[in-house]
Amino acid sequence: MSAISIRAVKKSYGDLVALDGVSLQVEQGEFFGLLGPNGAGKTTLISSMAGLCTPDSGTIEVMGHDVQKDFRMARRQLGVVPQELVFDPFFTVRETLTFQSGYFGLNKNDDWIDEIMANLDLTNKANANMRSLSGGMKRRVLVAQALVHRPPVIILDEPTAGVDVELRQSLWQFISRLNQAGHTIVLTTHYLEEAESLCGRIAMLKQGRVVALDTTQNLLAKHRPPGMPPKILGDDGAADLEAVFVKIMAESK
Amino acid sequence: MEQVKPLISVNALPEARIQSGFPALFRKEVRRFYSVAFQTVGAPILTAVLYLLIFGHVLASSPKIYGYEYASFLIPGLVMMSILQNAFANTSSSLIQSKITGNLVFVLLAPLSHIEFFAAYVGAAMIRGLSVGFGVFMVTIWFAKIPFAAPIWIFIFALLGSALLGSMGLIAGIWADKFDQLAASQNFIIMPATMLSGVFYSIHSLPAFWLTVSHFNPFFYMIDGFRYGFFGDSDVSPYHSLLVLLICMSLVSWLALSMLKKGYKLRH
Repeated sequence: MSAISIRAVKKSYGDLVALDGVSLQVEQGEFFGLLGPNGAGKTTLISSMAGLCTPDSGTIEVMGHDVQKDFRMARRQLGVVPQELVFDPFFTVRETLTFQSGYFGLNKNDDWIDEIMANLDLTNKANANMRSLSGGMKRRVLVAQALVHRPPVIILDEPTAGVDVELRQSLWQFISRLNQAGHTIVLTTHYLEEAESLCGRIAMLKQGRVVALDTTQNLLAKHRPPGMPPKILGDDGAADLEAVFVKIMAESK
Repeated sequence: MEQVKPLISVNALPEARIQSGFPALFRKEVRRFYSVAFQTVGAPILTAVLYLLIFGHVLASSPKIYGYEYASFLIPGLVMMSILQNAFANTSSSLIQSKITGNLVFVLLAPLSHIEFFAAYVGAAMIRGLSVGFGVFMVTIWFAKIPFAAPIWIFIFALLGSALLGSMGLIAGIWADKFDQLAASQNFIIMPATMLSGVFYSIHSLPAFWLTVSHFNPFFYMIDGFRYGFFGDSDVSPYHSLLVLLICMSLVSWLALSMLKKGYKLRH
């Protein structure tokens, strides 16, 4: 059973085709990257997986559960970190996480909530109102909310957009530990060096279609632009995936 | 260096099962208005007391209604009006705020059914409406003599009326895309319908045309039936009012549940 199974999903908003027959599988335990330029359909695809939007056609399953027909079990298996920095201004961090846990029917979940807060460096902000937190702290709470029911599949929609280096490092350490513990991770990001270092497999979307889908190693090996040195920005290899991404986007119509 | 404790493997976690998220959503919605109780409960009580002081003074010499002074007649109407308006305000304001700020996504991502969603929001609206109504009653009861002829009707109409307006607020909150759309529905539909429902007068004192019009206002039946519980007397039979209220409740609940099930304006 795949962690996520997407078959021929189409979604349009009026004349705009957001998803044009997307099919892909994410296997259990994978760290999977979903890349594409703005407007490629990444967020629509994530929204379709999470039940926030309904595809015009096609099916999506999370851990074998159809996200439309068996939406309760599908959502129980899924944690989503939304791209937008949203919060409820009425509550503290702990209240936010306790309520979120309760929405999933988990009312005695304090040990796991404490562990998430400790890992995301939120413990000393537990009783602070959400309004008083900095942008980076609010982002940590968003991540914590997605993990509060310990879902086997975790989707992170640009989780490090606009956050400092410290948070990125602590976030990736925690997410990597979750992945090592068997959680499936799906990541969208515009920081391609993050995707290159973390993701075992990558799908690239353009105008609602999958234009590349392979292991990170194969993508780097097959699509390196001719004449380009293996590492153009030094030893970290940061530019490799970026160059491949630019080439694939340019080649795909 | 600090040893990092390994996480429990995902395969070793207990099997996922569906447990109701209703209690948490209900608690959250109650906490939401309770955390700003000065504004959500205190202010409407003050408004109702001002109505009583002004109208009760100006119309003190009016003829008795159902054998009681005008202030006695007015108080149950003010209590019910407060219940209805605040039940509507709770669901509608909560939803529009969550939609516009975007935090409704946390509820939409959870495995809540449309029935759980409906029950939690409407249940919390009932709690707020009934809290305000109880507060208005406890403050105004000192200003006039109030009988309790048939208390069961008081509870029936208070519960059903708050549930109906909570459901209507849910529909308005889902439908509205902007705060001014919600304010329009509140100021141009709910407010006139409650104010012109016989809160301040018996409809038998109206000219024939407006008497007929009043019978098409469902809010009139809620106020009139509620008032029957105090005086044992009303403009129409409480059974008639109850029937109208049940029909309205069925229609509005069906519409609200259909919107939630379809994800109208909530899921794209």
